[in-house]
Amino acid sequence: MNLTLRIWRQHGPEDKGRMVTYPVQDVSPDMSFLEMLDVLNERLILDGEEPIAFDHDCREGICGMCSLMINGEAHGPQRGTTACQLHMRQFSDGDTIDIEPWRARAFPVVKDLVVNRNAFDQIIAAGGYVTAPTGSAPEAHSVPVPKADADAAFESAACIGCGACVAACPNGSGMLFTAAKITQLSLLPQGQPERYTRVIGMVDAHDEAGFGGCTNIGECASACPKGIPLNTIGRLNRDYLKATAKRAGS
Amino acid sequence: MDLYTEGDPIADTRAPDGPVETRWERHRFEMKLVNPANRRKMTVIVVGTGLAGGSAAATLAEQGYQVRSYCYQDSPRRAHSIAAQGGINAAKNYRNDGDSVHRLFYDTVKGGDFRSRESNVHRLAEVSVNIIDQCVAQGVPFAREYGGLLDTRSFGGAQVQRTFYARGQTGQQLLLGAYQALERQIGLGNVEMNARHEMLELVLVDGRARGIVVRDMVTGEISTEMADAVVLASGGYGNVFYLSTNAKGCNVTASWRAHRKGAYFANPCYTQIHPTCIPVSGDHQSKLTLMSESLRNDGRVWVPKAKGDQRSPREIPEDERDYYLERIYPSFGNLVPRDIASRAAKNVCDSGRGVGPTGLGVYLDFADAINRLGRKAIEAKYGNLFEMYERITGEDPYEVPMRIYPAVHYTMGGLWVDYDLQSSIPGLFVIGEANFSDHGANRLGASALMQGLADGYFVLPNTLANYLASSGPLDKVDASHPEAVAARTEVEDRIKRLLAINGDRTVDSFHRELGQIMWEHCGMERSEAGLRKAIDEIRALREQFWQRVRVPGDGEGLNQSLEKAGRVADFFELAELMCIDALHREESCGGHFRAEHQTPDGEAQRDDDRFAYVAAWEYTGTGEPVLHKEDLTFEYVHPTQRSYK
Repeated sequence: MNLTLRIWRQHGPEDKGRMVTYPVQDVSPDMSFLEMLDVLNERLILDGEEPIAFDHDCREGICGMCSLMINGEAHGPQRGTTACQLHMRQFSDGDTIDIEPWRARAFPVVKDLVVNRNAFDQIIAAGGYVTAPTGSAPEAHSVPVPKADADAAFESAACIGCGACVAACPNGSGMLFTAAKITQLSLLPQGQPERYTRVIGMVDAHDEAGFGGCTNIGECASACPKGIPLNTIGRLNRDYLKATAKRAGS
Repeated sequence: MDLYTEGDPIADTRAPDGPVETRWERHRFEMKLVNPANRRKMTVIVVGTGLAGGSAAATLAEQGYQVRSYCYQDSPRRAHSIAAQGGINAAKNYRNDGDSVHRLFYDTVKGGDFRSRESNVHRLAEVSVNIIDQCVAQGVPFAREYGGLLDTRSFGGAQVQRTFYARGQTGQQLLLGAYQALERQIGLGNVEMNARHEMLELVLVDGRARGIVVRDMVTGEISTEMADAVVLASGGYGNVFYLSTNAKGCNVTASWRAHRKGAYFANPCYTQIHPTCIPVSGDHQSKLTLMSESLRNDGRVWVPKAKGDQRSPREIPEDERDYYLERIYPSFGNLVPRDIASRAAKNVCDSGRGVGPTGLGVYLDFADAINRLGRKAIEAKYGNLFEMYERITGEDPYEVPMRIYPAVHYTMGGLWVDYDLQSSIPGLFVIGEANFSDHGANRLGASALMQGLADGYFVLPNTLANYLASSGPLDKVDASHPEAVAARTEVEDRIKRLLAINGDRTVDSFHRELGQIMWEHCGMERSEAGLRKAIDEIRALREQFWQRVRVPGDGEGLNQSLEKAGRVADFFELAELMCIDALHREESCGGHFRAEHQTPDGEAQRDDDRFAYVAAWEYTGTGEPVLHKEDLTFEYVHPTQRSYK
């Protein structure tokens, strides 16, 4: 396949940035999207140009490092698929493909297609855990967990923290990410003691980090490569409401 | 042999004696403790945030130490432990199927082909049960039965069901548990987290590990960080093969820099080739994807009986198929350990019966399981893996058998450590895949997660305290110490040198070529002639690298080519040591198969009289490493020829 790529180039945080066009030839349909970029980068290096910086690591859809806006869609056109798992057979000869970084206030661009997602770590640090210091755990079978709850918790825990939800949201909101962790932990007995302080802490950290508010548009859930359901945000809202009521009452 | 010299044997591993099941308990009592008030005054550097590093950093911080944590990814949550699929072993015996600490110990020593240290392995089996408790308490959503209790499955060569799992994403869930514990400590101000930082040198002061030199990968700034002790949890070196199941960024640099500063590197030739990966599709291939070994519980491995059979798999009748694992290994069948399954796949492909466009593949067929259990049951167990396979290959494994081929997956070798997980440099501790300690010559499935968390949560926090308490207050040193300045200068010079070459080949082109040499001669099967050839080729290519590599840009900001160049330069040095180690070990064991040393029916032939030792290599700088042997004694699990027939 022969393709035309239009790629966002930005030297650093202070640079304004621009789209640059690169024709690429002889792309194999069996290549992954990132392998196509590898091939282009090899060529750019030999031509004396700077290769395109992009984040990636595991290349098997689980580390959450890859983060490309492809033709305006987070991770590209294939549902439930991260950019690293997207293969070129999803495109056709002659296509023009736009490749941009995540764009959100809370995710400033570092260089080219690389953004800073440290804000997600800050949200987790503000309560996305169970306080269980090493060595203090009771025997694992002392608290049974109904299978349905464990399965639902797993579904939310499958979040890879890539930030596609934020990139897809017109408000740049990180609510789906935040709600996924809230949901996982609030479904499990181990998460109950800190349930309400957790939701307040995490939502506050979310807002402080510069993410926008949620207005129930739902772009996040349709962009999520791991299928985190939109109703997790409903669960977050319920817990948040209860938590603020408790706080007001105390 | 002409390529190395032999030095003194390793006299003391610090492993306590007495009955194996009492050693850890007694050692824990005998080790010194650090007063809680004094912990606050001590700083520990932890490099890497995978299962081992993440759990260690969180635990040390909980105990009151000042922790500085480093990772090359943009967040500690992305370390490659996250990609582990299958599960984690623990001797809980919830199934009442005859499991016990002793059986897990026995299986691990035997599975490692009698090349691991009994005392370490027993400790690992002991603390395995605490790991599950810890992870459940953290809210790790393990798979459960309808009664609400934890589900387990059998995995990779085990005859008991001791593997706990969270669908096909066990590594992810365990890592997120450790990551969340770590983030809690970061939020409390007990851990200073430095993401997108790469360790490029170790700093020794008076012979002790006292700091590291790191590069901020975003700003390019080089800085020297000092501490009371350094912990490396920087993972394995499978990417020396270029193509592996490791993440693209996985590298040996932290370990190799420590090796160059005096830490022995043990058993570098022990690499695990995983039997169930998606085959290579073309020259553009940048990495290989693992299909969890759990698939072998229900999938049947076969190739056509006839050479060059080009029919589609569904058109090949039952009696023209060779279910070769079931045929050769009737008692373990498709569940033989990884090294055996991989070599069997290589053998059938070498005999011209491989499948797929390249002929380097075998079928993993679920048709029988789907008929027996129904499609829904298979979907529930393996749905995500089947989807992943289809995304990558464009083929539907519910309809057509998967094609799989072995790929480099894990490295059992690593920096040598004693029973306390301390390297041959005082104050330098090495945990997780980065050390060599527990898996011998072959790791069993679902044991990597167990070891990473055992080291990080339960072993290191005790042994590190013992070191800090025993060494007394260390002199305060800062980045202006002459040793620290010298280390930093080395790093800066190396970066300048790489940038100045400005040649005509990319870093990746060298890395790919190095990988081909290693896969060809130091992969699934090794021979003296092949290894000698590989050493010559590696040396020649390394020389070319330092003359012809082109690293664009400068060192001032984010420069991914520069990062890769530094890592590949270290892989070149490691590759040579791996080949020397493989050449010197004139026996076959576990993941190390020497063509000259096999039984009449083609199985690995160990030579316990000559090689029942750990090969710990010392760097000398002259090109000729020095071999130090640590003799292995087996008091409990007596070496036998491994047989899975």
